[in-house]
Amino acid sequence: MAKLNVNGRVVEFTVEDDTPLLWVLREHLDLTGTKYGCGISACGACTVHVDGVAMRSCSQPVSAFNEGQKIVTIEGLSPDSSHPIQQAWLALDVPQCGFCQSGMIMAAAALLAVTPRPTEAQIREEVTNICRCGTYNRVIAGIQRAAGTTGAAG
Amino acid sequence: MNAISRRSALALGAFTFAFRIPAPGEAAAQTAATPEVNAWVVVKPDDTVIIRIARSEMGQGTLTGLAQMVAEELECDWSKVTTEYPTPGQNLARGRIWGNMSTGGSRGIRESQEYVRKGGAAARIMLVQAAAAAWGVPAAECSAANSVITHRASGRTTSYGAVALAAGRLTPPAAADVPLKPPSAWKLIGQPVARLDTAPKLNGSQIYGMDLKLPGMLNAAIHACPVFGGTVTAVDSTAALRMPGVKRVLRVGDNAVAVVADTWWRAQKALEAVNITWNLGEHANASSAGFAEVMRAGLDAPQAAVGNRQGDAAAAIAAAPRRVEAVYGYPHQNHACMEVMNATAIWTPERCEVWTPTQNGEAAHAAAAEAAGLPPARCEVHKLHLGGGFGRRGAVHDWVRQVVDIAKQMPGTPIKMLWTREEDMLQGRFHPVTMAKMTAGLDAQGQVTGLHMRISGQSILAGIFPQNIRDGRDPVVFQGLNNAGGEADIGYGFPALLVDHAMRNPHVPPGFWRGVNLNQNAFYLECFMDELAHAAGKDPLEFRRALMANHPKHLGVLNAVAERAGWGTPAAPVGGQAVHRGLCVTHGFGAYVAACAEVSVSNAGELKIHRIIAATDCGFAVNPQQIAAQVEGSFVYGLTAALYGECTVKDGRIEQTNFDTYPMMKMDTMPKVETIIAPTGGFWGGVGEPTIAVAAPAVLNAIFAATGKRIRQLPLRDADLRHA
Repeated sequence: MAKLNVNGRVVEFTVEDDTPLLWVLREHLDLTGTKYGCGISACGACTVHVDGVAMRSCSQPVSAFNEGQKIVTIEGLSPDSSHPIQQAWLALDVPQCGFCQSGMIMAAAALLAVTPRPTEAQIREEVTNICRCGTYNRVIAGIQRAAGTTGAAG
Repeated sequence: MNAISRRSALALGAFTFAFRIPAPGEAAAQTAATPEVNAWVVVKPDDTVIIRIARSEMGQGTLTGLAQMVAEELECDWSKVTTEYPTPGQNLARGRIWGNMSTGGSRGIRESQEYVRKGGAAARIMLVQAAAAAWGVPAAECSAANSVITHRASGRTTSYGAVALAAGRLTPPAAADVPLKPPSAWKLIGQPVARLDTAPKLNGSQIYGMDLKLPGMLNAAIHACPVFGGTVTAVDSTAALRMPGVKRVLRVGDNAVAVVADTWWRAQKALEAVNITWNLGEHANASSAGFAEVMRAGLDAPQAAVGNRQGDAAAAIAAAPRRVEAVYGYPHQNHACMEVMNATAIWTPERCEVWTPTQNGEAAHAAAAEAAGLPPARCEVHKLHLGGGFGRRGAVHDWVRQVVDIAKQMPGTPIKMLWTREEDMLQGRFHPVTMAKMTAGLDAQGQVTGLHMRISGQSILAGIFPQNIRDGRDPVVFQGLNNAGGEADIGYGFPALLVDHAMRNPHVPPGFWRGVNLNQNAFYLECFMDELAHAAGKDPLEFRRALMANHPKHLGVLNAVAERAGWGTPAAPVGGQAVHRGLCVTHGFGAYVAACAEVSVSNAGELKIHRIIAATDCGFAVNPQQIAAQVEGSFVYGLTAALYGECTVKDGRIEQTNFDTYPMMKMDTMPKVETIIAPTGGFWGGVGEPTIAVAAPAVLNAIFAATGKRIRQLPLRDADLRHA
């Protein structure tokens, strides 16, 4: 029986040790907002927060985590989509198909948690998620809006 | 968790065939309780308007755009609009009342605009009639606005919700008797309204195909022969069957093996433990290099299908004092939708149901029925939200056949099948591979005397709809090169022109890949136009303009980007590096598009794309902010293809298996994009695809301006860009 702290709740489940955190979230905890995209930590669709840090959950075995760590998924980012990133995304209609956006939002929120006013260069460097629809420019604008740096040089 | 448990309850209903699974925008499944006004419109007693959308939403915004068009004529309160998908089974049962469900070729809005507007207008007429009848007054004395009907003489009002039930009992007016507003009267069409489907994409509640969960569902992982045409000869599942959660190891068709387990992860782990023996078939030694030789021979083959012939190009070129020739090439590419192929199915001897993200519900339905061995009327497909489509989820439904084949071997059990990224890369339906030999004559003044464009290589239709090939001619090959037609026409009036195609098909299956054949055709033509301008010693813009007198709409978008960029004045250097510009213009999917790219290339050969200016003339612009999103996104898709996109074949199979070997453009290299939406009215052009095609040529022409180097083979990641 494994125990994790996910979105503020301690959850217990039985699973093989090498099961990636992603598949525990999706298949055992029914938290399907976190997506499978590549399985090799290349695309970021599976991004969650572990103690506030963005982490790609598809290639981390569940055995690498314990209930002392706070895991937050897109479903737990805010109770009502009120996180500044979610609000900015809504205002700018950032998502297209939306499939990568859970991971994109989690990566952006983690960036702001560490760097509340990132420069454009920092945003481009730090958020490395893949979006095939091509929302990148609205993602940048959304992060700047959430950070209150819209129009700032950088 | 509430959303998920509610979904599960709905899914249980779906399992018993009584319910529909929710469509996008959370509208869903309530319509069973509220009769429709007509096929397109349901109004609930609380005035909520549910607009039915037949095309699929895959990010391109068609859901919102089509709803705007219905609502424009319906005169309803836009703030109360939600949407739902009718199912392909319902469309079949009702004589295709919702028309074509195919969502490709940038046709969603332009092909259905008239009948969806008429659908909204007819519903409005019926609602007004119902109110007038209740009041005992002539309908002509009543008007409707913002979901409220007013009898002008008495000032009485009522709402759509109050009369919808009565309206639904009226006989719908004949389409011919339903007038439409002139464009000058539009209030909602043309407005940059917010998308209707954004909120659930912000908190993880949007259910994609991959996320579906049905009661009692098992999960399947699958692996098909990596060599196209190969088959399974033996399966040793001993080890796999001992692994946790595993229920069955199954053969699927003649070329694949699936493991069914309680969870997908366990199924996939067990699949890796299955020992499969393949018969790799006749293509086991095929390679990209080998096929390139086949295509190269086609460049000079005597036999070729003619796409566009104006005058005698060969004679005009032969008589010219100068001849310019260049050979270009475009590789295979995978769509690489962020959501890999997946579907869920349940099969019994009486009925089959499938849940899947699809660009064409009707094609998915046909594939499901065929695989199920059941009449279409006993099958149903529930369209789920797509995590990207780009053409992969449209014409061919190979994955639907697979899941039904699995479900058929386990009657009554819902099976969700999900591919790995690796499977998705290996089992793609690829952008066709082609080469082109461009030959032109220039006279003493540097004017083109004639141009011959010989395309050699793969035909999409030959692979997917071979019945549409006539005398070896695939008309889609000539996209953007046609003489006339309004769909995809060449923008230059050459004195003589020959465009022809020597069809050479490899064993790699082709697909319609966002932008389709316009991608390589614009690359070939527009980079060669730049070569000709250079050979003639002329400015690339002026050289083009001189040939565009009879193509004012092409010229309009080209002028728009040149003017915005400040063509003719030097671009400001960035970080000490000189910035150079390149142009491209084309016409496809009924829209005119152009781009001007601004790039710098360091002495060490490092490319930076700083800014792209893009212009679109799509005739009528329904939602400008969504058009801008499509144009911006097109540069990600198009530049990813130009910079990195290549699937190569070795030993009969695709070599690139994931994003580590098939890289994607990310934010660090994404240029700024300035979009000019310049609709000139009078026609309906598509938006989702045409701009893809101008991305690569504009950048490549700018690279030439910066370095003097011509890139004639994509992708350019392996090119040495150090200054010539």
